[in-house]
Amino acid sequence: MYSIPPLAAVARVEPVALALPVVEGKLRAGFPSPADDFAIRRQDLNDLLITHPLATFYWQVSGQSMVEAGIGDGDLLVVNRAITPMHRHIVVAQVDGDFTVKYLFKRSGRIKLTTANPTFPEITFKEGQQLIICGVVTAAIKRFVK
Amino acid sequence: MYALVDGNNFYVSCERVFRPSLQGRPVIVLSNNDGCAIARSNEAKALGIAMGAPWFQIRHTLPDAGVVALSANFTLYGDMSNRMMAIAAGLGPGQEIYSIDESFIDLSTMRGDLVARSHRVRERILQWTGIPTGIGIGATKTLAKLANHVAKTADRKPGSYPIEFARVCNLSALPASDLEAVFAATALGEVWGIGRRIGAQLQEAGLKSVLDVVRLDPAMVRGRWSVVLERTVRELQGQQCIGFDDEAPAKKEIASTRSFGQPVTQLADLIEAVSQFASRAAEKLRRQESRAGQVLCFIRTSPFRRDDKQYSRSVTVPLRRPTADTAALVQAAVQGAKAIFKPGFNYAKAGVMLLDLQDASVEQQELALDEAPPDRSALMETMDRLNERYGRGSIALASTGKSNGQRTWTMKQSLKTPEYTTRWTDVPRVLA
Repeated sequence: MYSIPPLAAVARVEPVALALPVVEGKLRAGFPSPADDFAIRRQDLNDLLITHPLATFYWQVSGQSMVEAGIGDGDLLVVNRAITPMHRHIVVAQVDGDFTVKYLFKRSGRIKLTTANPTFPEITFKEGQQLIICGVVTAAIKRFVK
Repeated sequence: MYALVDGNNFYVSCERVFRPSLQGRPVIVLSNNDGCAIARSNEAKALGIAMGAPWFQIRHTLPDAGVVALSANFTLYGDMSNRMMAIAAGLGPGQEIYSIDESFIDLSTMRGDLVARSHRVRERILQWTGIPTGIGIGATKTLAKLANHVAKTADRKPGSYPIEFARVCNLSALPASDLEAVFAATALGEVWGIGRRIGAQLQEAGLKSVLDVVRLDPAMVRGRWSVVLERTVRELQGQQCIGFDDEAPAKKEIASTRSFGQPVTQLADLIEAVSQFASRAAEKLRRQESRAGQVLCFIRTSPFRRDDKQYSRSVTVPLRRPTADTAALVQAAVQGAKAIFKPGFNYAKAGVMLLDLQDASVEQQELALDEAPPDRSALMETMDRLNERYGRGSIALASTGKSNGQRTWTMKQSLKTPEYTTRWTDVPRVLA
């Protein structure tokens, strides 16, 4: 159901150019295709970070409750809505009209949102209350020098 | 066999994806310049807010209802539409994008359970983008559109149609008696192609529901009403009359019009506005690889400002030869604006329409009466690419005015939400 889209469909964010070129084309026995010598494409962070461009959105973090999970204030989250959320995934969820980023706890019929920083409380849900999960956090982008 | 995939209250749904607090509240989206309601949430519909209701009227009549009004954020809607359309395209081999939130899918070669498949695509659009949709399936486009209406209404108003039609409705799979029950329960105005005027005429003739119209003899309909209505009747009877285009057909005209944030009185300001409209229209023109033969320019005062002297005029400027050159189109638009401008009025709206469009690949050869202008298509292409890369208006003709200067005619969009998905500075916040 969740297919990986072809490279051409990958949304372009900011083109990020890194130094090392990668050669495309499969390694084969026998004579190499002469065309492969010219098919060089630089590494593109989009290929690495975004598997479902249509379902990928970004959120910016505000707060400290997930610091121990490597998510700090001001980080940019890459959120994939195409992944079905599972136990221990870090998710962006809707709680009381706001977005919150937490661990999803889903065990033995119980569902709650827990923090990575123990000084912050977990979020539990009452009978009939609905938890809406916007997507699974697949990466956090931290920048040190802009 | 066609499916119509349509976003529910599309603009409102886009806003809700990034503002969960709008969930369950009456929300309306206002047209350019905060004029009137162009999208309503179900809650707003339930309050009786009509499509097209002017904001300045409803603002005062609904003080305590908690209605949230937002300025249209077309940048956001365009991106969400693009995502929705790309996922919807997975339903069948051909897709015709019909509007920002509707696309027809050609299902003629699809086998298997179409309803189950449609539910899966609907779920995927909802999960991946957050946009709820309705999917209607029928033997013709008109029936698919009707099925879509049934799918949405059954979901929104329990009891209106059988609950199993909610969200996805396949009219082509129904036994005749069930299909007739659906037709009988549907008002004529819901049929694609039956406008208000024809609808009223049919009502007068004693035809009330879709069922009454389906039973008409097409030849009689053509004689008594029109070929257009005959086509609609045949489509309702299951006979395909409206073809499928894999790609949206090139538009017959391109319009770029706006209301001004505040009244404009000076010709210089008007020329600046019209130049920008013409530039934008020219970009659209080149994107669909057409050329325009005529440029229509109009200016008018506001009919809502009763105390103002009223003036409205348009002019069509024919071009020496069809072109997609911004400079030529702007020149024609400005020439038109100068010709129709009269001092002493408070202008409220202006616009440019490119007419008489033709495919850029078809160039009519003619006797050279004058020398052909230099080919500037490379310059135009560069201009489009710079604007795409560095933001709209980065490079423009001088008459469109300074980008950071105070323009008196800029659109009023006081209630616009951020461009969540297209600008890094507008990314939504999440609490940790």
